[in-house]
Amino acid sequence: MDAMAAIKQTFFQECEEQLGELEIGLLLIQDGDSDPETVNAVFRAVHSIKGGAGAFNLDELVHFAHVFESALDHLRAGRLVASGDVLKIMLRAADMLADVVRAARDGGSTDVTRRDALAAELRALDPDAASDDFVGGDKESSADDSDSFEPVQICFNDFEDGSQNESPPSGNLFNIRFSPKPDLYAKANETALLLRELSHLGAMEVTCDVSRLPMLDELDPEGSYLSWTIALRTDRDEAAIREVFEFVEWDCELDVALGGVAAAREDAALDDLIEKMQASVEAELAAPRAPPGATQSAAAGAPGSPVQASSNSAAVKADSGKSSPATIRVDLDRVDRLINLVGELVINQAMLTQQMLEAGLARGSGVANGLDELEQLTREIQDSVMAIRAQPVKSVFQRMPRLVREVAAMTGKSVRLTTEGENTEVDKTVIERLADPLTHMIRNAIDHGLESPERRAAEGKPEEGLVHLSALHRSGRIVIEIADDGAGIDRSRVKSLAASKGLIAADAPLSDEEIDNLIFLPGFSTASTVSDISGRGVGMDVVRRSIQALGGRISIRSKPRQGSTFTMSLPLTLAVLDGMVVTVAGETLVVPLTAIIETLQPKSAAVHGFGGDTRVIVIRDQFVPLIDVGQELDFRSGIADPCKSVVLLVESEGHIHSALLVDAILGQRQVVIKSLEANYQHVHGIAAATILGDGRVALILDVDAVVTGARAAPPAFEQFCAAEG
Amino acid sequence: MSKTVLTVDDSRTMRDMLMLALSNAGYRVVQAEDGVHGLEVLESARPDVIITDINMPRMDGFGFIAGVRGDGRHRAVPILVLTTESDATKKDKARRAGATGWIVKPFDPVKLVEAIRRVAA
Repeated sequence: MDAMAAIKQTFFQECEEQLGELEIGLLLIQDGDSDPETVNAVFRAVHSIKGGAGAFNLDELVHFAHVFESALDHLRAGRLVASGDVLKIMLRAADMLADVVRAARDGGSTDVTRRDALAAELRALDPDAASDDFVGGDKESSADDSDSFEPVQICFNDFEDGSQNESPPSGNLFNIRFSPKPDLYAKANETALLLRELSHLGAMEVTCDVSRLPMLDELDPEGSYLSWTIALRTDRDEAAIREVFEFVEWDCELDVALGGVAAAREDAALDDLIEKMQASVEAELAAPRAPPGATQSAAAGAPGSPVQASSNSAAVKADSGKSSPATIRVDLDRVDRLINLVGELVINQAMLTQQMLEAGLARGSGVANGLDELEQLTREIQDSVMAIRAQPVKSVFQRMPRLVREVAAMTGKSVRLTTEGENTEVDKTVIERLADPLTHMIRNAIDHGLESPERRAAEGKPEEGLVHLSALHRSGRIVIEIADDGAGIDRSRVKSLAASKGLIAADAPLSDEEIDNLIFLPGFSTASTVSDISGRGVGMDVVRRSIQALGGRISIRSKPRQGSTFTMSLPLTLAVLDGMVVTVAGETLVVPLTAIIETLQPKSAAVHGFGGDTRVIVIRDQFVPLIDVGQELDFRSGIADPCKSVVLLVESEGHIHSALLVDAILGQRQVVIKSLEANYQHVHGIAAATILGDGRVALILDVDAVVTGARAAPPAFEQFCAAEG
Repeated sequence: MSKTVLTVDDSRTMRDMLMLALSNAGYRVVQAEDGVHGLEVLESARPDVIITDINMPRMDGFGFIAGVRGDGRHRAVPILVLTTESDATKKDKARRAGATGWIVKPFDPVKLVEAIRRVAA
């Protein structure tokens, strides 16, 4: 990738960041934030996008950003009031800008009609537009934006600027009088450099007027006493000459006249004097900015001292260390390799510990202490490495306001989205795979959850519906909630629908919570018509499955007329897991600790048969289905004796409790997850595999799959649980 | 010894483009992200020329220029302001604040180097 392509990539990354800033800023302003810096930040975001786009000749982007920027400039200057309507247009313009950026990046096209309509709306925000004759037509005119901004074709490799070419001594003779004011020097301009630039235009003769130079004791070192008369013969025009003085025209007296009053002088002595003056002025001006000790060499035009020269590259490094932000960009592959290696280290460390135990080394021995320390360190390394992959959920949350606006517009509902805990961090992979389910749930919340403005008004609620999105860390997991203040779940409808689809028995006595959780069942859809927004053949069961695939759980709480809250709980990482190591029919299994509520030794009186192999166990007066893991996974065909086994009370999604029967518990440990699918294939009831301390492979139990599998088997069982539930 | 240019801009894209153009032209480049950062690195960077953006968070270009001009050791360093052509008022304000000259965005690398040569030997 060449340098410009790399910068272009940076540009698009930066665009994404700036689009985020833009949206956040606009939303803050919408919420009544009147801090000038907020408006400024919004302006800056669009301005930067425009600036970068200009450099890459992304004309469409430049033009749209320019129109947008102009509107924001009115807002910034206070010529435009940040009313609700104005912000609505600006938010839509921000969405459009995002589309145009992405089209520029991916080579796609944008909806030109919509873009032009928005551009016209933005232009109409100009407080002076009303008095203008300009009619915002279809023709996206650059005429009125091009007042100032023209993209420049840039070639970064061509530095033959031609200014070195000496012009032949032909053309017009210009007479230039140039008297700098003290301000010219105060702003670090230099006469010698200006004269040098001027000399590139043609052949010139310079006379320095020293008549105003006072005696040394009266000389103000910051004063300006010299003036120059220059006779320049050039084939360039006056504008080219004035351009040389562009930076200083306010800080000097400049007179450029065509025709030769001052003819060429051939006074060699004066030329010498001028040269000396130039040299001394140059030296004097260079001195204060040169580093101490370098004055001598700078004035003499010699190269810098050896010390400086050799420390130069080191200085660059030190500077860049200080000047660049405290972040570095690293290829994800490298991080993943590191994570894998640390995973191996964890396994290795566990093996060493095991071998130490087997070798019969005393707990207090030096080796054992060393190993304890190694374990601590390994844990710390692992946590640190995991932290590298962690990212704030902000990146996903940021996409939601736009979605909300779009869905709100489509459904004709008025919606306000609030977010909380955007800086909560979670593994990058989890974040990436969170976007889809989150999108779907927010759509659902607006489409199904919130009522129409009329109905809300009738219910005495504010017409604007609320959707609250939040994230927080809770016991080693990230919990994400999506709450709305809508109608809540219509339980009678959900129940009758589920019954009509054969998902439950019509007379099944379900608790409110269980009814609410019916919406997660495959093949369930509450929308009576498949709407444009939510009903794209994707139901909550798909959402649940994608959350489960991440090792997460999802549940719902709902109150009639007060709204619903979906709660997702996800692991912070997909790389390690705290598990309970158990044995089942001679096999070693790992059960994720997060699923286990408690473990117990069942008494025979607590276990009840329920036809065939189906059994339930009474735990604190609650009937809980007993699932024989060995049987469920086909490790054995017979039934295990509960009294000689251990029961793990687990909770799967929807707060469903089940009792898993295993033979024995070996202990608890953190294990490194190795994907079975990537290395072998999917196995029912197994989530992944791991390598234990003794080097053996153990399978990690997929609790939800085992529970779902067992419960799905006999329909009567489901009814029983429902009845007893 | 190559000249050092301190570039002060909050946009990574712009910093990268300046870096490319300037290092191609043989300058040593030190980067800062905003005015505050620019003043922080001033002493260690010892720039021969400074190129600064105007609209930046924390401290804008005007504040930065005032800071440099108020610093006895560095007040004689030429400062070029990055500006879009439409910002005539900004140009004027920058000049009043003590800027030596300006570079119009999007800049042409040739013009960029020319502008630097016009203010620094």
